[in-house]
Amino acid sequence: MTLDTDALGAWVGEFARAVREHRDELTELDSAIGDADHGTNMDRGMTAAVAALDATPPADGAALLKTVAMTMISKVGGTSGPLYGTFFLRMSGALGDGSPAAFAASFRAGVEGVVARGKAEPGDKTLLDALLPAADALTEAVGAGQELDAALRAAADAAARGRDAVTPSVARKGRASYLGERSAGHVDPGAASAVLLVEAAATTLARS
Amino acid sequence: MKKLINDPADVVDDALRGMAAAHPDLRIDPEHRIVFRGDAPVAGKVGLVSGGGSGHEPLHGGFVGMGMLDAACAGEVFTSPVPDQMVAATQGVDAGAGVLHIVKNYTGDVMNFEMAAELVAAESGTEVVSVVTDDDVAVTDSLYTAGRRGVGVTVLVEKLAGAAAEQGRPLAEVAEVARRVNGQGRSMGMALTSCTVPAAGKPTFDLPADEMELGVGIHGEPGRRRVPLAPAREVAEMLLEPVLADLDFTGGDGVLAFVNGMGGTPLLELYVVYAEVQAVLAKAGVTVARSLVGSYMTSLEMAGCSITLLKVDDELIRLWDAPVRTPALRWGV
Repeated sequence: MTLDTDALGAWVGEFARAVREHRDELTELDSAIGDADHGTNMDRGMTAAVAALDATPPADGAALLKTVAMTMISKVGGTSGPLYGTFFLRMSGALGDGSPAAFAASFRAGVEGVVARGKAEPGDKTLLDALLPAADALTEAVGAGQELDAALRAAADAAARGRDAVTPSVARKGRASYLGERSAGHVDPGAASAVLLVEAAATTLARS
Repeated sequence: MKKLINDPADVVDDALRGMAAAHPDLRIDPEHRIVFRGDAPVAGKVGLVSGGGSGHEPLHGGFVGMGMLDAACAGEVFTSPVPDQMVAATQGVDAGAGVLHIVKNYTGDVMNFEMAAELVAAESGTEVVSVVTDDDVAVTDSLYTAGRRGVGVTVLVEKLAGAAAEQGRPLAEVAEVARRVNGQGRSMGMALTSCTVPAAGKPTFDLPADEMELGVGIHGEPGRRRVPLAPAREVAEMLLEPVLADLDFTGGDGVLAFVNGMGGTPLLELYVVYAEVQAVLAKAGVTVARSLVGSYMTSLEMAGCSITLLKVDDELIRLWDAPVRTPALRWGV
């Protein structure tokens, strides 16, 4: 089983579709503890990314992820542009041979890029609280010899659990941190969109 | 949602078209959403670039011109601009003396300006120094948080560092003025109403008629706590108390007192607040050397205000009084 350009394109397309479907919900979450733009920003960026891929079909998987990265960085702004852009950029640079193990390693490289760019730590109530457990679950499942579909399902479930685990916490990064105690009890919008990303991988890549 | 717009998606571009039409002495790059000073780059002068999400007008585009900024990048409403814009702005104002980036301390703004500075360093020899403003005492500052927000002091940094640059001072000195102003300024804000982000279509939060939010920022986000509505006299006290507790403003050459409207509060009310601010400061032994009252850093149509105090000395007073010619601040010319 290899993750080729078509498979990665399907992942990106499904993520864009899911972001569009959940756009208002993400913005709603951001209204509660942020500045009410996460859904619209992510939708603008992913719509532009899909349009860029349609306009210039990429030569390979790495080029595909790089196009998504550069579009997010140059079209979105805010925090989601640089963070998701850095995720896809680092993944693109570490994509390897398309094997499940290489995909898991490149996913982890992407998440480490988010750590470096955002300087957030686990528990700060950011997208990392969904992405880090997903990377751990993916690495572990692939390492244990599980099929890719099972590994990605484990990663998506871990992302959702990570998102929910920090919901009661006080945010320590990003605009939600300005609310102090009042941020507790709200779902973090970044963690919510990160779950959509991993969930999109589980629904599309497992079929490849 | 009732707004004077055409389409929520076009708000920023339409407003920039209006700015270009209203201020022919500015040069506007519609593609990169940059407001340039008409004569930029100014030979021998350090270039000042700022930028941020839209919805805070006149900040930043309204402060482009002689004696303040050389360029301002406009992001989507309440969303930081992107690195491409900041790179284009930096290159467009660089006259060989280097460029100062004035960045409000928000995670997105800081990240995008950092990426821009990395790109400029990789692409050209332009020297870039960044100064981050973080004057909001409503936010607890610690190593483990995003830190204090950049609010009212940003306007003062743009004016004072702008005046220093206009005098032909080198980049290191202009940056030093900017850092000193940020270090000596503190702010606190409050809201009577929320605001509606055009793309969201409804108010960011609900505020009952008899309550107000204390410790709000400039993005329509809820504040630190909600308290019963109070007269302006008590509001001035509530806002100044944490400001005065955070830094000693007594003695020396006094302060610049800045009462800023959030966008939906009339000047009449801002002067009511200013009178109370003066009274509180007099009681606290703080001398007011200069003042600024008006809506200069807004949060769309939010009603409310923020109060900023800046400790000044002779030099800062001279820089404040120096001529400025921008759409929103204009004197001495």
